[in-house]
Amino acid sequence: MQRDPDPTFAAGDGLSRRALLRGTAALAGGLLIGIELPLRRARADEPVPVGTHFNAFIHVAPDDTVTFTLPAVEMGQGVYTSQTQCLAEELDVAIDRVIAAHAPADQANYGSPVFIVQATGGSTTTLAWSGPLRKAGATARAMLVQAAAAQWGVDPAGLTTENGVITDKASGRMLRYGEVADRAGALPPPANVALKDPSQFRLIGKPVHRIDTPTKVAGKTVYGIDVMRPDMKFATPRISPVFGGKVASVDQSKALAISGVRQVVVLDDLVAVVADNTWLAIQGLAALAIEWAPGAHADMDQAQLWADIEKASEGPGVAAVREGDALSKLNNSNSTGGTLFEATYEFPFLAHAPMEMTNCTVHVHDGACDLWVGTQVPGYAQAGAAKVLGIDPAKVTVNNHYIGGGFGRRLEADGVVTAARIAAHVDGPVKVVWSREEDIRQELFRPMYHDRLKARVENGRITAWHHRVTGASIMARWLPPAFTNGIDIDAVDGAVEIPYGVADRLVDYIRHMSIVPPAFWRGVGPNSTIFSIECFMDLIANKTGVDPLAFRRGMLDKNPRALGVLNLVAEKAGWGTPAPDSPFGARRGRGMALMSAFGSYLAAIADVAVSDTGDVRVTRVVVAVDAGVIVNPDILVAQVEGGVVFGLSAVLHGKITFAGGRVEQGNFNDYRILRIDEMPAIEVHVVPSIENSGGIGEPGTVILQPAVANAVFAATGVQLTRMPIDPAQIAKTA
Amino acid sequence: MDLTINGTVHTVDIPDDMPLLWVLRDVLGMTGTKFGCGIAQCGACTVHLDGAAVRSCQLPVGSVAGRKITTIEGVGDTPAGAKVQKAWLELEVIQCGYCQPGQIMSASALLATNPQPDDAAIDAAMAGNLCRCGTYVRIREGIKHAARS
Repeated sequence: MQRDPDPTFAAGDGLSRRALLRGTAALAGGLLIGIELPLRRARADEPVPVGTHFNAFIHVAPDDTVTFTLPAVEMGQGVYTSQTQCLAEELDVAIDRVIAAHAPADQANYGSPVFIVQATGGSTTTLAWSGPLRKAGATARAMLVQAAAAQWGVDPAGLTTENGVITDKASGRMLRYGEVADRAGALPPPANVALKDPSQFRLIGKPVHRIDTPTKVAGKTVYGIDVMRPDMKFATPRISPVFGGKVASVDQSKALAISGVRQVVVLDDLVAVVADNTWLAIQGLAALAIEWAPGAHADMDQAQLWADIEKASEGPGVAAVREGDALSKLNNSNSTGGTLFEATYEFPFLAHAPMEMTNCTVHVHDGACDLWVGTQVPGYAQAGAAKVLGIDPAKVTVNNHYIGGGFGRRLEADGVVTAARIAAHVDGPVKVVWSREEDIRQELFRPMYHDRLKARVENGRITAWHHRVTGASIMARWLPPAFTNGIDIDAVDGAVEIPYGVADRLVDYIRHMSIVPPAFWRGVGPNSTIFSIECFMDLIANKTGVDPLAFRRGMLDKNPRALGVLNLVAEKAGWGTPAPDSPFGARRGRGMALMSAFGSYLAAIADVAVSDTGDVRVTRVVVAVDAGVIVNPDILVAQVEGGVVFGLSAVLHGKITFAGGRVEQGNFNDYRILRIDEMPAIEVHVVPSIENSGGIGEPGTVILQPAVANAVFAATGVQLTRMPIDPAQIAKTA
Repeated sequence: MDLTINGTVHTVDIPDDMPLLWVLRDVLGMTGTKFGCGIAQCGACTVHLDGAAVRSCQLPVGSVAGRKITTIEGVGDTPAGAKVQKAWLELEVIQCGYCQPGQIMSASALLATNPQPDDAAIDAAMAGNLCRCGTYVRIREGIKHAARS
């Protein structure tokens, strides 16, 4: 049946995160960090027994097994567990009777209340789905109670539920959910149901154990790349190394001479080798002699890309915020007193590099297509395959899987489309797996950004502010309604609403596209906007001789949640004392950053040591978080820890560069991600809150980067303005 | 060729130079061992060869015939592997989980030879295992938790 969306989540509000946050029903629950973790777990990856569907999310079998079909996909961020908590809380079932199932491609039932389309991303799952899932659970519970009341001929108001059992207190009679599920499922769903009072929560707000980890720890979880089909072949592609390039010629003879290599598929822009196993396909690919016609972009190089975005940033912008008259106050030196400051920050292309590389298993047969893949966008995967195969989307079945890391990469269906194009030429099912090199070089990258900031400071406060964001629009392609009037709401997210009170403010945006297709990357727009704002804050504090903490506090008089996390992190990190000695380097520094985005407030303090050669070691990171009401506090902490590590990889090592039209990096030796022996200590402190739930997947990545850059500034006196950190600029010259 | 994997002998007809990773995954369907980089940079493919952690993506299968191979599917039958898996669940180390078979294999090989590893020993044993979700804080704690158990 059709999902009956909670009206407070109606998407007609528009697509801004803030609007959705304002509409989010408050979940008030206590924080119980430190209590013993409940050990009973739900299960996943199990077959669904025969039984009764109550709605798109809930199915009850006669043996009382409850199956939840979960709309937001699991890629490590813990949402299979948090969604299960929301459903089980209101349905009143024991969590160890629950099986979690992947949702099919079905926008009507599983489309995100935030994005409309079926997508998991942008740290939106809890704010988008906790309300609708609780309502779905409460609705099914009401139907079960109604059925039991009818069977006993009593008033449903006198019945109670617990752990999947309905009790008539007056008579002591009991019925299990499985016994009345068939009858209950035939009842009309009630128009209105009451949700539990937070004081009654057994699961929401508790550090319930994750439901996906028992199979993961045993190596039994089936990711997309693990799919095995009868009579399946294995393929690996090589796509034109230059954007827009074509295959000129291919000598297949040596590849086809390898025993077990079955076929070479040659398409306009790619070649794939099909074989009896992946290794033979890799061997076959290496044996091919491919001549490429590189096309128009063979001269693209990184210096030119930097110059292009710099030049674009000078052109007229579209205002996203215009409060007061910032420009005249910043341009007319006679209008007011104070001091003018200006800075520019630049951000490189970044690869997501999830550990599970791009892959998709496809079987094209009888005018239909079956896909086995892990995707954040099942609907886009279905539509993309249907389009290239020239068939009705209804003929494409998406079998979704656990995802071996998303970070935004699986918000794109390019791998599905490429695999379907190859599979169209293969008889029978074929698993197409990218090599790591091909995966990185053919990524859809986090785009380059260029942020230019200007401010006037009077009496220790910023009184006028101009923040110009120049960069590619992802939304214009990915979700066109979110790109209107020349503004990409993601590109300026973090710049539009800032925690600091500034009277006159202009934020504008210049859409600057290169041939490199842009994509969302963990932390999304706020990665660059908040980095720029927070480094600019430290630059001003430094030049005016004010402590960075005091400078920020002075402009937070109307923002108690921001001030709260800032004060907490300052206390926990010991702000005002020096960063500790480290054998890594004599120069030490401590830096802070503050943010408000995704509906959450975070502040961080990082300690660094810098070696004489300019290498940076982050020795400690302390984070304070106010994310509103929390569904699972242990998963929240894990997301912040992981986000910090993702940010560390970016700020210390992360860049994708082009030379001769080709990506220069290709594997973990030259696109480095952080290793355990580079790890700082990480502390996460959570502010108890009854505010609306905010997102937590992205913010750790966002907040870490400016905190580290500011610590390096404190240690060396050099503010680096192009990421990642370049040791040459902070090496000791003496 | 006979391969002894998790105590079971598998007879396979494959070229000697095929890496063990692909024999496990594509020939035997033991997909718990993961493909991550293909050049021994990430550790996702880690298995035990006679108890020592090795990267199966760079290990020609011809060199391992007759030796004892343990994978994530069988490591729970070893004392160190069972301790590590239990600690991983108790501390909720795992996020996406794709790298974790390799992490667990490296961690259990470490504990089998060094029952009380310090931070430096953990760094040395685990630095070859990448985790993109960033679970390193809990991996370190998980190893210490397993060592105490």
